[in-house]
This record gives sequence, structure tokens and C-alpha cells, in this order.
Amino acid sequence: MERARKWVQGVWFFLVNGYWAFPWTRTIYKGPMKVVCSPGLNCYSCPSSTAFCPIGTLQQLLANIRFSIQSGQHYFGAFVLGSIGMLGAVFGRFICGWACPFGFFQELLHKIPSRKLSIPDQLRWLKYAVLLLLVIVFPLIFVSNSGMGQPWFCKYVCPAGTFQAGIPMLLLDPNLRGAVGWLFVNKLIIAFGFTTWSVFASRPFCRTACPLGAFYALFSRFQLIRLQLNKDNCTGCGVCHKVCPVDIKFNENPNSCECVNCMKCMTEACAFDAISVEVAGFPMFGPDLGKTKKCIWPRKIQKI
Amino acid sequence: MRKKIEIRKTPFVLLVFFLLLWIVGVTLNEPARVLEQAKSICLSCIGIG
Repeated sequence: MERARKWVQGVWFFLVNGYWAFPWTRTIYKGPMKVVCSPGLNCYSCPSSTAFCPIGTLQQLLANIRFSIQSGQHYFGAFVLGSIGMLGAVFGRFICGWACPFGFFQELLHKIPSRKLSIPDQLRWLKYAVLLLLVIVFPLIFVSNSGMGQPWFCKYVCPAGTFQAGIPMLLLDPNLRGAVGWLFVNKLIIAFGFTTWSVFASRPFCRTACPLGAFYALFSRFQLIRLQLNKDNCTGCGVCHKVCPVDIKFNENPNSCECVNCMKCMTEACAFDAISVEVAGFPMFGPDLGKTKKCIWPRKIQKI
Repeated sequence: MRKKIEIRKTPFVLLVFFLLLWIVGVTLNEPARVLEQAKSICLSCIGIG
């Protein structure tokens, strides 16, 4: 399963970064595919990006909301929120574990042999503050004299933007290099800070600062597809704690907002079939089928 | 013994809510604005804007 997940992550990386003509065109993709929402954090100013970043776009729409209302348009982010809301309602943080290019990048970094450290539990709240303040409130309230706000998260924090757009665009376009200042240095420090942290700790950005992860985390109790704990089968052995990349005690908190649904606990740890995947209440993989863990369709449940 | 399955309705309610929000966005012609933004290089994202 873990190998399959790596393949899915790789496929998603190339799906949302499918424009490989940029070394010749020396600019970003500008085709119609860019109206499609990237499920994971993927900067739309990345030269190879073929989808829009929901966090970047939402900030831009909110930052320019006064201007758009004055000009008779009402762009408040309904299309963007609708897109990520539907994804969240169905998959929740499965997207973090299976389809986010920046999550994939952090996982690869964490494979570098080194001493592994845990992340203080309190830091998880930071990402909700990032979502609320840097993505929603600050772009709305801090505006210039002309009524234009700023995309605070993109401008001051986003390490995905620095790696995917900042560095490549500066290499591709010499005209941009003259504008590099303290802002870029600040972003570079943040990006390399998270890169280094990713070597020692698992997915530090996802767990502490990702606003998109924070948004999807809000769906963890309600998402259509989710992991389920079968308490009758659980022995409380705690093996699921040991394999979890985000330090969740799944048997104690199966609907944790921190769970990125990588399914390692189900496929690599639990020997008692206590963890399964369910869709809207119907078990799809896992218990009641023994260790074969084949797909079980809703109508077959009645026979068990 | 038959196992009773309870269908969770909340995901469908959320799905319909966000689908309606998405439709509102499309009706307001927001995708055109999104496309316009996504086609231009975001200097803030690069860290020089």
C-alpha cells in the first residue's frame, strides 16, 4: 500500500505540474487547464503548474474584494471555496497524504537518514491561525489607499511558492533578479528552515503551518471517505502509534484532525483488522474479511 | 447475524453545500477571474512582489 501511495503522490505531482515546455518558453503555463483547482498546495506561479493553487487564489480574491465590488463584480471566493470544500467533504486529509506535492516533498526529505525528532503537539494549532489570519483576515483588512490587500501567506510564508515558483522563475527570467530583496531572503530562510526540519521531523509544514491542511482538517469527522476503528477488534496494543508519521494514537482518536490518512496503521501495523476504510458508513476495506483485506461492497455486508 | 449499517448523511450535506457554493462562483463568472490570476506570474508568491 505504501508503494501504491508513493506512486499516487508521484502521479499527482505530474498531473498538477504537467507543463514541461517552460525551459524553452521561459514562462509559466497559461492554458485553460489553469481554471482547475489543485487539490494540494501547488504554487500556480510554478512554471510547470497546470492548475491553480486554492490558497493563493483565495487570498488574491479576498485582497481585491473591494476593488471587484466597486467594479460591479462579486468575487468573494465562492468558486475556490466550493472546489476545495467538495474535495474536503469527500476526501478530507486523504489529499494531504496522497495528492499534495509539498507533502510528498517533505516525505522524501524525511527518508534522509538522520536522528528523528517529534513535533510539540501545541504547534498544530498554528496552522489554524495561519489559515484564519494570513489567508482570510489580513488580506481582507489590511489594504492600501486604493483598497487593494495582499496575499499575506504567499508573500511572507509559503515555502512551496519559494521552491516551485521563486527559485525557478528567478533562474528563468533575468529581469526578475533585480527585484530580489529582503522579502525573498525571508521566504528563502523559511523554505530552507522547513526543508531542514523535514529531514528530522515528519511533515513539519503540514502539521504546523499549512493552511490548506488546516482547511481539510475541519472535515476529518465528516469526510465521506475515512478510516474507521473497529473497537471490538482493537486490543489496544499501540502498534498503530509507532508507524504513524504524524504521531497520532489512532485507537484513542480515530477522527484526529492531524491524520493525513496515509493508511500505514491499517496496512502495516494492525494485525487484528481493527482499522478499515469506510465510505459514508459502509466498510470498504479491512475487518470482517480477514487478512486478505479485499474490497467489500455494501450489499455484501448484509451477509456477514 | 446481520450487521446494521448507519449511513452518515453529513458528508452529503457538506457536498451539496459546497457544490452550491461552487455553482454560485461559476454564476458570478469567478472562474474567468481565477484563470486571469493563474495565468499571470504572482510576484508575491515568488517573494519579490
